[in-house]
Amino acid sequence: MIPYPTDHGAVSKVSTQVDSVFLFIAAITLFFFLLTQGTLIWFAFRYRRRKPGHDEPTPYITGNRMLETLWVVIPSILVIGIFVYGWIVFDNIRTPPPGAAEINVTARQWLYEFRYPDGASSVNEVRVPLGAPVRFVMTSSDVIHGFYLPAFRIKQDIVPGRYTDLWLQPEKTGSFDIFCTQYCGTGHSTMRAKMIVMDEPSFRKWRSGGRGSETGPMWMKGKALIERYGCLGCHSVDGVDRIGPTFKGLFGRKVEMEDGKAFFADESYFRESILDPTAKVVKGFDPVMPTYKGTLSDEDIAEIIAYMKTIR
Amino acid sequence: MADGYLEKRGFRAWAFTLDHKRVGVMYLWTTLTFFLVGGLFAELLRLKLMTPGPGFISDKTYNVFFTLHGALMIFLFIIPAIPSALGNFFIPLMIGARDVAFPRLNLASYWIFLAGIAVVLGSLAGPMDTGWTFYTPYSAKTGAAVTTLSFGLFLVGMSSILTGLNFIVTIHTLRAPGMSWTRLPLFIWGMYATSIIQVLATPVIGITFILLAAERLFGIGFFDPAKGGDPILFQHFFWFYSHPVVYVMILPAMGIISEIIPVFARKPIFGYKAIAYSSMAIALAGFLVWGHHMFVSGMSGVAAFIFSLLTFSVAVPTGVKVFNWIATLYRGSITFESPMLYALTFIFLFIIGGLTGPFLGSLGTNVQLHDTYFVVAHFHYTMMGGTVMGWLAGLHYWFPKMTGRMLNERLARRACLVMVAGFNVTFISMFILGYKGMPRRWAEYPVQYQTLHIIATVGSWFLAAGILAIMWNFWRSLTKGEIAPPNPWRGLTLEWTTPSPPPADNFEVLPTVTDWPYSYGRKEGRE
Ligand code: HEC
Ligand SMILES: [Cu+2]
Ligand SMILES: [Cu+2]
Repeated sequence: MIPYPTDHGAVSKVSTQVDSVFLFIAAITLFFFLLTQGTLIWFAFRYRRRKPGHDEPTPYITGNRMLETLWVVIPSILVIGIFVYGWIVFDNIRTPPPGAAEINVTARQWLYEFRYPDGASSVNEVRVPLGAPVRFVMTSSDVIHGFYLPAFRIKQDIVPGRYTDLWLQPEKTGSFDIFCTQYCGTGHSTMRAKMIVMDEPSFRKWRSGGRGSETGPMWMKGKALIERYGCLGCHSVDGVDRIGPTFKGLFGRKVEMEDGKAFFADESYFRESILDPTAKVVKGFDPVMPTYKGTLSDEDIAEIIAYMKTIR
Repeated sequence: MADGYLEKRGFRAWAFTLDHKRVGVMYLWTTLTFFLVGGLFAELLRLKLMTPGPGFISDKTYNVFFTLHGALMIFLFIIPAIPSALGNFFIPLMIGARDVAFPRLNLASYWIFLAGIAVVLGSLAGPMDTGWTFYTPYSAKTGAAVTTLSFGLFLVGMSSILTGLNFIVTIHTLRAPGMSWTRLPLFIWGMYATSIIQVLATPVIGITFILLAAERLFGIGFFDPAKGGDPILFQHFFWFYSHPVVYVMILPAMGIISEIIPVFARKPIFGYKAIAYSSMAIALAGFLVWGHHMFVSGMSGVAAFIFSLLTFSVAVPTGVKVFNWIATLYRGSITFESPMLYALTFIFLFIIGGLTGPFLGSLGTNVQLHDTYFVVAHFHYTMMGGTVMGWLAGLHYWFPKMTGRMLNERLARRACLVMVAGFNVTFISMFILGYKGMPRRWAEYPVQYQTLHIIATVGSWFLAAGILAIMWNFWRSLTKGEIAPPNPWRGLTLEWTTPSPPPADNFEVLPTVTDWPYSYGRKEGRE
């Protein structure tokens, strides 16, 4: 079975701390749960009327100062405890250690774009080294989005017109989910990304290699690009239409547009669809595809088209 | 059988009635309709969620459905359900008055409510996909009919303000001779606190809707960063209303529970003053905690600190009420007719809703759980397990008074059990889903979550079956139920001194009150 996105063990100091706050509250609330439900059920059972139609004599009790004071004071103390503990951990969640490496995040409907300090960028996939603190400096270019790392127990909204940030210091390698948690429109639930934590040597190797250095046939590079650039959040390769039309069997087909015209899906149609998606809007779909002008190079597009030709 | 206030028939006798009872009944039918419609949307959402990928309804339609589920349930059902329907019917009866203070205004608020609903339904031309929270900038940009919908809700809000105002004046001025504030039934205390919130908080959402409309129509930019506005400001406005309003939903329900428990335990309510004052404390403190919906929105650490601390201050008076109800049962002579069964279920479910609150109020865990299914489960335990259960308890309790007929007890109890079983299966699954990271408002999801989603959906069928059985019971008993005596539960509040159903002017002679309404069990063997 695939583990839940939250279940990757102790991935950072903060995640462990959050889990202990959770356990602390769970212990207190479990105690009160048993106490209140237990008494409720016990009283209901113990003091049920035995003879139908006949009230047993009941005492005239209207209150009890001692008891009433106790059940104000004790819970008050406990909730202050919960508050203080929660605040301390929250402070850790919010305060990045000095010298954290910065990665810029721009969210838009419905993908995340990451930009590293050296200028390299990627979509829906971010790689960070093991053991070093990283700070995500985030903004949105359209509506509010969320940035939630379930395994790390942290999240932060991404708001247009301002920067919000989130930091973490991973202590485990692996691939971790990033989810959008602030409702942002049709593709909200497919706005997902991955954070890949690599050990120091492989991270350095990946960095120096740069992107796109993998060798292989063009279509394979195209496949990798489609995955990396979040196309699959809206498109599928298995024939099911999602937010956008499926890629399956698209190349060479005649496609009908919203305005009634029809075009053959040839190379230049693909190029235009990717660089200027609103120029021709496919019938039955909303013009929501973002432009990849400036993000995808001519070679990238050529590789994507090569891949498209293979999905029949 | 005397038909009491129901005697006059025909459209005009209802549409132009000044009788608070008839107005209450009209509210009841209207809100009940939207409860069922909202529930239908919930079932459709649950069906879609049985599969993780694109389903039989598109993601876009899913978003519309969850928006409608939330908006209809909150604005057209939960907020008016108890105050406007049961409040209207029973406030005058319970304080010994012939009507509310402003009967014409009362009728007007019903018609404004209906007008609001008409506009809301008109907005279906451009189905809303913003969630019931309307967050900008999305709500300012989407092609949906946000402006129309917010105008409709503006009218609904206005109706709510007028009703609240009417109740406040009624409770202040029309209490029967001898009914001092400490002899006021606790349902009335709950309604009083509720009305204050309605009058103070609702204008804020009205203004917010106007600003949103101005943003959309004239591009003014209150909330648009490109024009120097701030989208977070909208969230502050929105929650400044929408947090207090959760107490509009829950306080009346708590009032109902405080009425039912003593009657069926044959014991005076434990800690009357604590319950009454805690309603007021909750109402006032409830105005100071709205920021707890925004801990991860980018608010400052100081603000988060204060809002979290204040949030915990609401927890205590809420807990006090639960302790008081349980203590009332102590050494009682308890029977389990349907109203009591629903009331006890309320306490059982509300405890779960309440105890999961600290996980969200605490900053450390809020960051993890915010905007996940944990929140969804938490508020369904308080709203459905709380308010809806309290509403159902009230309906079962007062059905004989309102209609002159008894309900079918066996059916009422069985329906309760089926519903509660389904409810717990559905929403406990959601607690786990949320803890495991499932974000709310997701049409599609990673496959790991599928098992729990399927369990939740199956649970929701039982929940629905229970509700339908209850509705069937109501419907059938209207004509087939046994004739109800004036006081089937032997309650001591004033509504039980009238015939069932009560005559148009409630009391032949206005009652004089000499005691509080919870004098159960004073003498040994008292009948
Ligand atoms: C936010 C969702 C979204 C993302 C992400 C997205 N698209 Fe699209 N795409 C759409 C929609 C919606 C349409 C149909 C409307 C239109 O033509 O603009 C579309 C249309 C297309 C078409 C034309 C399809 C046809 O049937 O004629 C192509 C080709 C395409 N996209 C390629 C891509 C590629 C390549 C990527 C990734 C680099 C991508 N899209 C990313 C939403 C998206
Ligand atoms: Cu989103
Ligand atoms: Cu709130």
